[in-house]
Amino acid sequence: MQVKTTILSLPTEEFVHPGTRSCTGCGLAIAYRVGLKALGKDTILVVPPSCLTVLQGLFPVASTKLPCLNVTFASTAAAATGILASLKTKGNDHTAVAAWAGDGGTGDIGLQALSGAAERGDNFIYFCYDNEGYMNTGAQRSGTTPIGAITANTPFKGKLQQKKDVPAIMAAHKLSYVAACSAAYPLDLYDKIRNCLHLPGTKYFHIHIPCPPGWGYDPRYGIKIGRLAVETGYYDLYEIVNGEFKLTAASEKLIEKRKLVPVHEYFRTQSRFRLLTDTQIAEIQRQIDEKWKGYYKQEE
Amino acid sequence: MGTRNYRRKTSHSEHGPGDGGRTGSWRVERPVLDQSLCIPCKRNKEACFICWLFCPEIVISRTIPPRVDLEYCKGCGICAEECPTKAITMVDEAKFSEEDKE
Amino acid sequence: MHIIENGNTAAALGVKLCRASVIAAYPITPQTPLTEKLSEYVERGDMKAEYIPVESEHSALAVCIAASSAGARVFTATSANGLLYMHEQVQWASGARLPIVMCVVNRAVGAPWNIWNDQQDSISQRDTGWIQIYCADHQQIIDAVIKAYWIAEKVSIPIMVCYDGYILSHTFMPFDLPDQKTVDAFLPPFKPDYALRPEEPANLNTVTLPDVRLDVRGELAHSYMEIRYLLQEELRTTLDVAADAEKRFAEIFGRQSDPFIESYRCDDADCVALGLGSLTYQLRVSVDALRKEGIKVGVMGLRFYRPFPDEAIAGALKGKKSVVVFEKAISYGYEGALTSDLKSALYEHLAGTGTLPSIQNFIAGIGGRDIRTEDLTQMFRTATQGRVSKEPLWIGLKL
Repeated sequence: MQVKTTILSLPTEEFVHPGTRSCTGCGLAIAYRVGLKALGKDTILVVPPSCLTVLQGLFPVASTKLPCLNVTFASTAAAATGILASLKTKGNDHTAVAAWAGDGGTGDIGLQALSGAAERGDNFIYFCYDNEGYMNTGAQRSGTTPIGAITANTPFKGKLQQKKDVPAIMAAHKLSYVAACSAAYPLDLYDKIRNCLHLPGTKYFHIHIPCPPGWGYDPRYGIKIGRLAVETGYYDLYEIVNGEFKLTAASEKLIEKRKLVPVHEYFRTQSRFRLLTDTQIAEIQRQIDEKWKGYYKQEE
Repeated sequence: MGTRNYRRKTSHSEHGPGDGGRTGSWRVERPVLDQSLCIPCKRNKEACFICWLFCPEIVISRTIPPRVDLEYCKGCGICAEECPTKAITMVDEAKFSEEDKE
Repeated sequence: MHIIENGNTAAALGVKLCRASVIAAYPITPQTPLTEKLSEYVERGDMKAEYIPVESEHSALAVCIAASSAGARVFTATSANGLLYMHEQVQWASGARLPIVMCVVNRAVGAPWNIWNDQQDSISQRDTGWIQIYCADHQQIIDAVIKAYWIAEKVSIPIMVCYDGYILSHTFMPFDLPDQKTVDAFLPPFKPDYALRPEEPANLNTVTLPDVRLDVRGELAHSYMEIRYLLQEELRTTLDVAADAEKRFAEIFGRQSDPFIESYRCDDADCVALGLGSLTYQLRVSVDALRKEGIKVGVMGLRFYRPFPDEAIAGALKGKKSVVVFEKAISYGYEGALTSDLKSALYEHLAGTGTLPSIQNFIAGIGGRDIRTEDLTQMFRTATQGRVSKEPLWIGLKL
């Protein structure tokens, strides 16, 4: 990564108005705000039904200052393709098209269209904001809900299945750029967007989004919790540029530190994980340690 | 007086603040800044601004001192939690008089 | 210039002449040759368009909706289950008031699988707020595509141009191919009221409340109910726009027809057959045969099914003794959809006047079951003698 933006060098222009309907302490609001700063004014957005639909405002008031097309749940990536095609016919190769969809709208119902667009090499940026559930409809489980999490429809047993690795699925499409980011590391997100805009084909971003009502924590701890997810090595910040994998920011620092915060520190911050047994946590810790052994080896 | 002459016939929204109404009314506590602890205030130059960066509602201004727009601040407390010098504390709304709340 | 080509090619030529600039294509029998022909035009450089080979029909219409919202003239085509798969988008396109033109090459719907012709696919979409045009021959196909773009862009409502799979799509007929200049004179470039762009940002089709609300300028904006009402209102005025389109088409192309009804030997007929699409031409053979027997019959093909031209059809059938409706689809649980709509129109306009014809509904050709002209003639003849059954009668059933 070339550029390293600081808080002071971050552009000050805002593309979102205050007073949205997002929840108090919404992690998406933080990531979205910085993401739009990186995309800039010359952008058209595509948004399926999701928390962002509501954050962006109900008719006739929009909170976002960029043009945006709301589309059906499964069609986000196809709509992005359509807008691009229209721009192309008018000779416009400068306006960016950016899709912002939730984890359900990306990895579950939206996966088919996204895969199609990626295979066609359609030149837009796709942001999956992963709050690990269908939060807009009341926190039901999605493919990216982590194992053990209590959700509205896994109320007494917690989710029984592993978190779906959507960035890996997208990486298998041999995209020019795949990134994993977090709302807790907005400058990392900003730089990754700026650095990939010139790359061809579909660019895929997966952003970890702490969600107070969905995850069960006091809103003030949102950033701390987002950081803990990374510092425990549970959720990693990385980019895959033309197939080459590289950890970034705080995850990259963990390679040097060789010390991960125990993952139970992350789980105990959120009431959705209260069903996890010591055995389950130990197993998750083991998986994390295995993963990081692999990372350490790659570095050598 | 109906909407017959409205200029659009589709769901077409233009942008503006406060789609959620006066979201400041959601608050149960509000951020209060102690300028003597605030880094940009002490140095009297651009510095830190972590509160500005992390505010989900974009109601903290990137100024010296940072100012909170109480019309929309939802009182999430992220600014207080993230401030490196604990210059911001979250104070119960009830402590502020009726006039203050206007 | 007169050429001999199949119905799918006629449609493709129409799309090319209309200068559609974004084409979404997903293959489904019997539509495939249409989209293949378009890919030939695009790859050879005969047509300047973005050709998007999408990964599903739902995405095909998604691409069209998005591209149209961004200001492009778009096209897609489908059949049967492809149309059903995009149903969510079909509803979306009309609610979004987008002038999309889509060819539906009529085919039976699953379950079970069947690739042959009937009209259940497009008939099942009649409530979606799209304009529906049915074609009986290849000239009508290419002309309908051209008129469709003009009408759609005038009223901002999407249009389905429907024609029978295999019977029209794959057969060859002579028809007049208009030249580009004439089509350009008829159809100006697409100029939408709004196209997504950063210079004039807007958030389109977000959550819309049940009740009206002030916008950012302090003006009272429509809400969902008003937006939907305006769609209905403008669909009804489309009947006038369709008549205008026909007049304009006649002036520029030199070919005129009635905008809604194609009549054959109906003026002095006691009993009139009614249908959609190519079946009405097959019925002309029955009409001629029965006329030879001295039975005064005629046949009408309905061109516009939605908006339903109730006044025109009631006016055309006023005073007739009976109407025999032949349909290739059925509204399951009741009767043929066209039959119900006809009864409604006749009741509305003729009840109490003493000129209400009796109505017989026949269902034919479901799943591509061969429709023998002898059977049509026989059922038609029987129906002229009196109503055959209250329930729709399925012709050619082998139970």
